[in-house]
Amino acid sequence: MMLKIENLHASIDGTPILKGIDLEVKQGEIHAVMGPNGSGKSTLAQVLAGHQAYEVTEGSVVFEGNDLLELAPEERAREGIFLAFQYPVEIPGVNSAYFLRNGLNEVRKHRGLEQMDAIDFLSLIREKLELVEMDESFLKRSVNEGFSGGEKKRHEILQLAVLEPKLAIMDETDSGLDIDALRIVANGVTKLHTPEKSVILVTHYQRLLNYIVPDVVHVLMDGRIVKTGGKELALELEERGYDFVREEVAA
Amino acid sequence: MSAQHADSSEWYLTCFQSFEQQLNGDSAAAVHGLRRAGIDRFAASGLPSGHDENWRHAGINAVSRTRYQPLSSTEGADAAVEESTLPRIAGWQGSELVFINGKFAPSLSTLLESSGVRAMNLADALKQEPDVVHAHLDARSSQYEGGYAALNSAFLQDGAFVHFTGDGADPVHILYVTSAGAGAADGDKPMTTPRTLIVADANVDGMVVEHFLGLTPAAYLTNAVTEIAVGEGSHIQHCKIQQEGEAGSHLATMYVTEDRDCTFTSHNVSVGGRLVRNDITTLIAGEGITSTLNGLSLGGGSEHVDNHTTIEHAQPNCSSHELYKGVFGGQATGVFRGKIHVHPVAQKTDAYQSNKNLLVSPEANITSKPQLEIYADDVKCSHGSTTGQLDADAIFYLQTRGLSATAAVRVLTEAFADEIVDRIPHVLLRDEVRALAQTKLRSLLEETH
Repeated sequence: MMLKIENLHASIDGTPILKGIDLEVKQGEIHAVMGPNGSGKSTLAQVLAGHQAYEVTEGSVVFEGNDLLELAPEERAREGIFLAFQYPVEIPGVNSAYFLRNGLNEVRKHRGLEQMDAIDFLSLIREKLELVEMDESFLKRSVNEGFSGGEKKRHEILQLAVLEPKLAIMDETDSGLDIDALRIVANGVTKLHTPEKSVILVTHYQRLLNYIVPDVVHVLMDGRIVKTGGKELALELEERGYDFVREEVAA
Repeated sequence: MSAQHADSSEWYLTCFQSFEQQLNGDSAAAVHGLRRAGIDRFAASGLPSGHDENWRHAGINAVSRTRYQPLSSTEGADAAVEESTLPRIAGWQGSELVFINGKFAPSLSTLLESSGVRAMNLADALKQEPDVVHAHLDARSSQYEGGYAALNSAFLQDGAFVHFTGDGADPVHILYVTSAGAGAADGDKPMTTPRTLIVADANVDGMVVEHFLGLTPAAYLTNAVTEIAVGEGSHIQHCKIQQEGEAGSHLATMYVTEDRDCTFTSHNVSVGGRLVRNDITTLIAGEGITSTLNGLSLGGGSEHVDNHTTIEHAQPNCSSHELYKGVFGGQATGVFRGKIHVHPVAQKTDAYQSNKNLLVSPEANITSKPQLEIYADDVKCSHGSTTGQLDADAIFYLQTRGLSATAAVRVLTEAFADEIVDRIPHVLLRDEVRALAQTKLRSLLEETH
């Protein structure tokens, strides 16, 4: 088992958001976590990445045998967890190349690999840029500053490609994308997915799942996973909305 | 004047009397007229105190109460300074003038016979180019703020002189060092009075770096005046690096007179000192001028960095751009007052001012005062001021990419400062300033986190 979440409770400023999540992700699996707005999807993603604004009040998260909740965000990243942000943060004055190489070298150091110098990095990054159909000029720009919505999301996929995490958590990666950007982003995720790597797709809509086919679909409502099924569950949600699940839960 | 009984005004008047007696024959020289005028201005103005509007936040009382001993720049033995302690700029091509405790050090200096620029110490310039020196030296002194600039004139003996005369001028590096044993007697708190005069003829390009360095942990005062005259159509860059010692205070006046169609750019970097005050004025005295003031103040411990800038838009069709940034940690305090004065004739003025500060400790403090006085109606003037902490989301974002919280804070803080560093056009100098800024930022972040 790569990731095992048990009875996870988390709150922000004293308000409970996650109220007992149970979720298991095996190596190589793609899981979709769906749910209406405010159900706690993004909170789950942020808690897994280690955002300090959220307090874990109960439960456990084990990643490859280690207690994930004991680790600082950077230690989780070095262990191989990657969060693609719903709203990537603008970092004025830090160019993308510096940002990507710094992150990569932190991960490599942790894995006992040599630091990558600027020249080796450039040949690596050129290959990765192609994957997300981005131009080399991006590398000189400040991280996310002045990027369009689509560019920000492609930049997240670029980071995913460079850091090669074991578990990628994609938080609403499809939101705000036009159809071309969605195709590029989905294509990137699909190509980077190997039998050793797992993915959690957090999404409100089914459309991303036309491109990235999940093994398991979970429905999150009011801080709990209320329904789990195969990829057909996503289609059913698309057709019938979340109300039918709500009714099932009530019954 | 009520505060004066507590300060050291009388002390400096007495010092001037004995200084004048030691001058002997030199007191007949034309420059002595400037000294007399200086001490007269000083006697009239006295020393600044915290009651004065322009010095309210400066913490100046401790300095004004201290009896600093003015150092002679011609008398006394040369101080021994290790070459390795001097901040030479690797690969620098151009003249370097080094002053140790106010005294010109020819053996440490390199005066190149380069085309387009003449650089020498002021005492020599008074002999070689007396007309140029006297046309500009102290020409605007009635405009200088407070008594310390007047004291600088009163004790004027030596300093640096740079004259840009034609094409292809190499940049000039001026180093004012205060070292241990600067005082004549033990326990003296010395005061150096560095004076720099930069004159650019018409249609020339040039760059000057003034680096103030303290190599002693003891208390002292650097009381500096820099005068710059930029000729018609010339492009002049000035970079100041203030790196005084931990108990060294630094009071500086810089006055720039700009002639038509010129550009002038100032880079004012502060990484040291106990109490630091810069009074910078640019007088836009012709049409078609672009004035740029860049500033970076990094303060930790109980340092105080106070920048007062004044842009006098006295002619139409000119623009000014000002960006001052500060990072303050520990219990450091910063002050920025930026005055833009648009005279009634100065139509079509385009003036932009911005002051951005980052506080990395809860006890650090900044006072930011934009001051726009606009007396013309067809102008574009704007200003903005922000003070804040690092963006917690940005720190988290970097952490999720593998950087420790400490490294993330460092990266973000350096990036904040780099916006100013990156504006320095000279590559070697830019790298030097970046290294100084990074060292300073690391130390102020370490003390805070």
